[in-house]
Amino acid sequence: MSNDQTTNDPTTDASQVRYDQARYVNDGQYEPLLSEKDQTSVDIGAGDSPLPDDLTRDDLELPELSEPELARHYTRLSQMIYGIDSGPYPLGSCTMKYNPKFTEDVAALPSAAVHPDRSEESIQGTLELLYRLQDYLGRIGGMDAVTLQPPAGAAGEFVGIRVAAAYHEHNGEGHRDEVIIPESAHGTNFATAALGGYDVVSLPSDEDGRVDLDALEAALSENTAALMLTNPNTLGLFERDIEEIADMVHDVGGLLYYDGANLNALLGRARPGDMGFDVMHYNVHKTFATPHGGGGPGAGPVGVVAELEPFLPAPRVREADAETNSGQATYELFDPDHTIGNVHGFQGNWLVLVKAFAYIARLGDEGLTDASAKAVLNANYLASQIEYDVPYGPFHHEFVASAGDQDAADVAKRMLDYGVHPPTTKWPEIVPEALMTEPTEIESKDTLDRLAAAFNAVAQESDEVLEDAPERTTARRIDQTSAARSPRLSWHELAEEDT
Amino acid sequence: MNESDTYTTGSPYAPHTDDGRTAMLEAIGVDSVDELFDIPEAVRFTDGFGIDARSERETRRLVRSVLDRNADLTELLGRGHYGYYIPSLVDHLADRSEFLTSYTQYQPEVSQGFLQALFEYQSLLVELTGLEIANCSMYDAATALGEAATLAERVRSTSGHRVLVPDLLRDGRRSTLENYVAGTDLTVESYPTDDGTVDVDALESTVDEGDDVVMVYAENPTVRGTIEEQLESIGEVADGADALFVLGSDPVALSLLQRPADVGADVVIGDASVLGLPTSYGMGLGLFACREEFLRQVPGRLVGVSEDATDRRAFTLTLQTREQHIRRERATSNICTNQAWVALRTAMHAASLGPNGMVDLAKRGVTRADELAARLDDLDGVQAPVHDRHHIREFVARVDQPAPAIAEDLEKRGFAVHVVGEHEIQVCVAGVPDDDLDDFVAAMTEVVR
Repeated sequence: MSNDQTTNDPTTDASQVRYDQARYVNDGQYEPLLSEKDQTSVDIGAGDSPLPDDLTRDDLELPELSEPELARHYTRLSQMIYGIDSGPYPLGSCTMKYNPKFTEDVAALPSAAVHPDRSEESIQGTLELLYRLQDYLGRIGGMDAVTLQPPAGAAGEFVGIRVAAAYHEHNGEGHRDEVIIPESAHGTNFATAALGGYDVVSLPSDEDGRVDLDALEAALSENTAALMLTNPNTLGLFERDIEEIADMVHDVGGLLYYDGANLNALLGRARPGDMGFDVMHYNVHKTFATPHGGGGPGAGPVGVVAELEPFLPAPRVREADAETNSGQATYELFDPDHTIGNVHGFQGNWLVLVKAFAYIARLGDEGLTDASAKAVLNANYLASQIEYDVPYGPFHHEFVASAGDQDAADVAKRMLDYGVHPPTTKWPEIVPEALMTEPTEIESKDTLDRLAAAFNAVAQESDEVLEDAPERTTARRIDQTSAARSPRLSWHELAEEDT
Repeated sequence: MNESDTYTTGSPYAPHTDDGRTAMLEAIGVDSVDELFDIPEAVRFTDGFGIDARSERETRRLVRSVLDRNADLTELLGRGHYGYYIPSLVDHLADRSEFLTSYTQYQPEVSQGFLQALFEYQSLLVELTGLEIANCSMYDAATALGEAATLAERVRSTSGHRVLVPDLLRDGRRSTLENYVAGTDLTVESYPTDDGTVDVDALESTVDEGDDVVMVYAENPTVRGTIEEQLESIGEVADGADALFVLGSDPVALSLLQRPADVGADVVIGDASVLGLPTSYGMGLGLFACREEFLRQVPGRLVGVSEDATDRRAFTLTLQTREQHIRRERATSNICTNQAWVALRTAMHAASLGPNGMVDLAKRGVTRADELAARLDDLDGVQAPVHDRHHIREFVARVDQPAPAIAEDLEKRGFAVHVVGEHEIQVCVAGVPDDDLDDFVAAMTEVVR
């Protein structure tokens, strides 16, 4: 079958075939699907099949395109994406910061591409890098032991919850079936606790946006397995009562879990381990500038205090007793005594870990500490420059403004027209029409001023203008309702509609 | 130190001038950045981590010198994870920074390119599996298997709790599955295999031991590289027990082997990173496809088609009310960051091969494995393949000498193979050039002599 929609029509108006970055429109599409360019069906049974027919499929129909056609297709697609290299990306709690280019090069070293079933002797380099990254992360978080296995932050949360469960079970406290989570927490916390089999006890915030100690007191009981907290919280506020919170949780025998999504605000200033947290995850793709890849891969290493180390996922890396002939340390894998087992088929997202290691090694103490200082400076400066109401404060790395009478989602769409990525919207819900903004350390004053100008221009605009936005982006406002009402999730469904 | 080795004090990626910083502090109304940190004295950290800063050049040298400790071996390793050659096109285009440096597509109007690429990835999986729905990634095969089990629990309203998996299953996969179901009422149980494939009678008796099976899992090919010949019967056993039939596979195998939809599979999981990623120490891409009736119970992200305000076709994340950021503790999964960029790479690699290339790659997996097995079988002290079955990409060989000693000896000669039993090694041809296979046979000849 051939379905070629890219034929040259000499009568076409030149303006319609402009290869302009914003809008390349072909028959009502911004870029045809691969399947609409050329499809080929291969008859499997025909010819030289090395297998009997009853063990094979009948045919396979997929796009068949030349390399130049594919290069253009994917180049076109890339031109229709806004990344941190395109401009500011102040998505609260997502920590979108610049990713140094050299980390891609080191992750692409041929010596990084090893099969996970290689013998330990033959991958001493990989094991050493993992060991050194465990050590770095332990120092940064104030944690005694670190596992690098979880392939994302939510997977790290899951490890934290599983480790907590295994710890309680081991101590004959298996009856603990509740996890306490502040209302302003990341959605993953709730989903993770539920996946771990726990009942979620939701914790309201007090008037200044922090944990309400009376409410915490009421929520805690002998059934408490853990409190999941991020500090600074998603409003950008430091939980000043953290020591008291830790004592309260520990007094009832619960564990304190640190959601590392906001760690970028604290580097070198405070450590979760010192604050009384027992277990934490690190979002290395956020804090340590490894590219988010359009939604992954990330990595979510987990650090724990010594008491919890025996329960970490298997295997872990440690220094071996033996040395090489030249006196170098050697490394080996081992299973912790009461390990929960695997949470990933192998050792997580290795290439992301290589990038994180390189980033930390590049910045060192000074760079990491400076990064968080400037992230906090930037957030406070931007908050001071925008005309939307910004309740609460003082802020760390992010702040939550309120769009007031405007619809926060519409504000976001309109900001796209000003050439900047909007903040996270409508969350946390404790601020009406929330605009959750995190500029990170990588923006200069000039860029922050432009960002503030975009906020302030939109703040003056009418609902009519906002509802029509965006108008300067590749695609205009997209109908989410129809996408959900009649889901079409593959090109097969589009082809059926056409026939 | 030459000029390119210099580095700024502090983060080289935080571009503040002194004047700019002063102006910002003034605007905020504080004298120093320190005043902005609202941290109680008792928990302030002032010690430093003890990590030295390095120039970019020094950092590259550090990482290279550490990784250079890895031995340069020809890997005849597989068992679900393959080192196929990746066309340069994939590296160059996937590394375009718009792909690499964007976030989850919460603002579809400025994310059309990525959304379309993910939609094309979903479409690839729909074609390969024959099932109607594919999500745009889980972490890897093991976590996708775990998600399949929790899906089974959600979609079956029976009192069932048993999840059956073959006794030929990678430890990491089984262990991950057990962690995923630890918070549910599900329990994981093994059923027997025979000669490298499912023993359907034994499976049937295992199922009959109770009427409470919610999921039957099988793999094609199996971890030992054998092709499963009784998929339809396995599907019937699962169906008879009102359980989901979940099949593990991968995009290369699916290009040639029976279409999962045709043998009654309800869900297909697996590692799609066999295309698009180097071996990467086990980094993966969880494939997840299922029947349409599970649409609202599917874990993970879905990209769908819609229209924009000018009535042009446009793509968007859809059915997000299943997801953690909206549904919180009632979400179908806790997954947030997934493996989007790996999915992009896989789709690129598949597109680069085209359907003829995909089928050809799979067929060569069968013929080259057969050829290598025959050559090894000719050696004294080696019987290959152990299983009297059709194989794809890899097979198990029996060796008269202890397998660990053989593997160690081979490693000294530059080859990595699996040890899967006291006298069993497993070898894989995927991604290994013919010349290297010749060298491997020569090395084996020496080793078993």
